[in-house]
Amino acid sequence: MSIEFDNNLPIYLQIMNHIKKEIIVGKLKSGDKIPAVRELAVELQINPNTVQRAFQELEREQIVETKRGLGRYVTSEESKIMEIKKEMAGDLLGRFIHGMQELGFANQDIVNIVSQAVEDKDNE
Amino acid sequence: MESILQLKDVSKSYGGKKALKQVSLQLGAGKIIGLLGSNGSGKSTLMKLAAGLIHPASGTVQVGGMEVGLETKKITSFMPDRPLTEKWMRVEDAVLFYKEFYADFDAAKAEDMLGFMKLNKRDRVIELSKGMNERLQLTLTLSRNAKLYLLDEPIGGVDPVARAKILDAIVNYYNEESSLLVSTHLVRDIERIFDEVVFIREGEIVLQDEVENIRLKHGKSVDEMFKEVFGE
Repeated sequence: MSIEFDNNLPIYLQIMNHIKKEIIVGKLKSGDKIPAVRELAVELQINPNTVQRAFQELEREQIVETKRGLGRYVTSEESKIMEIKKEMAGDLLGRFIHGMQELGFANQDIVNIVSQAVEDKDNE
Repeated sequence: MESILQLKDVSKSYGGKKALKQVSLQLGAGKIIGLLGSNGSGKSTLMKLAAGLIHPASGTVQVGGMEVGLETKKITSFMPDRPLTEKWMRVEDAVLFYKEFYADFDAAKAEDMLGFMKLNKRDRVIELSKGMNERLQLTLTLSRNAKLYLLDEPIGGVDPVARAKILDAIVNYYNEESSLLVSTHLVRDIERIFDEVVFIREGEIVLQDEVENIRLKHGKSVDEMFKEVFGE
């Protein structure tokens, strides 16, 4: 696993997002084991407690589950994975819409621009 | 929370110049803490007080609930900014020296760390480069099974590659039940290994917070925060 960290944002959130992305794109599959805390901390050169916090949060969100004595695994619930996908798309959209509104675009204009852009992309 | 290092109203002067002014500080167990400040801010003084190498003019310093002294030295492992080893020593002599000197020295860990650090046992300490010397000092310091580790400027004089190696070693060999206090003025390279940072300026603590809190609250890195506070 390699992550380009931005030191301006909490590192644990960046780890969480990275793992969520890996799940969404299928690099980490339902039921896969995720690395141990120390292992990942060493690999990423970050504080073990930060990794621990990221994993605990992922657990709280039921994205990973701990099997006693065995380690942490990606949830086996497919619905949960769909949920993360929606959530991350929502975040991305929210930021985009906010940015466009800041640039002074009206809502209908934003929709038109997106439709046009998607069409252009398809015709490329 | 169990406090591993506690300073209460500690002052210390050198030749009329105040190095620490009424400093109070509490550090919890199981953390890697950065002690950040520019040169002459009082970092080394604070480290040496915690190590029991110097004594406060006023106030109290406690490690693991005990007044600093013989008993606390047994559970405190200090990495000085200058080597403690003797000129005649080879790397293996330095290890042996530590082993005989400290009851909590873990020879197996030292062996493992020497390999990780690519240190050759037969090399003379005096002939080691600055970077390799820092690796040796770190190996000796972390090979003790202490409660409190004090690293004074561990990445001070080394290039970025050697720096990365030293950071790797800290993350790899740090014992999670102990606390590690690292003083440095090079914040950017090292901020990701900290749980918490303490900013010290002109002998006074100006900030103590969890690093993730700083990022969350201010939307900036510890390095930027440092530059802001120290006006660099």
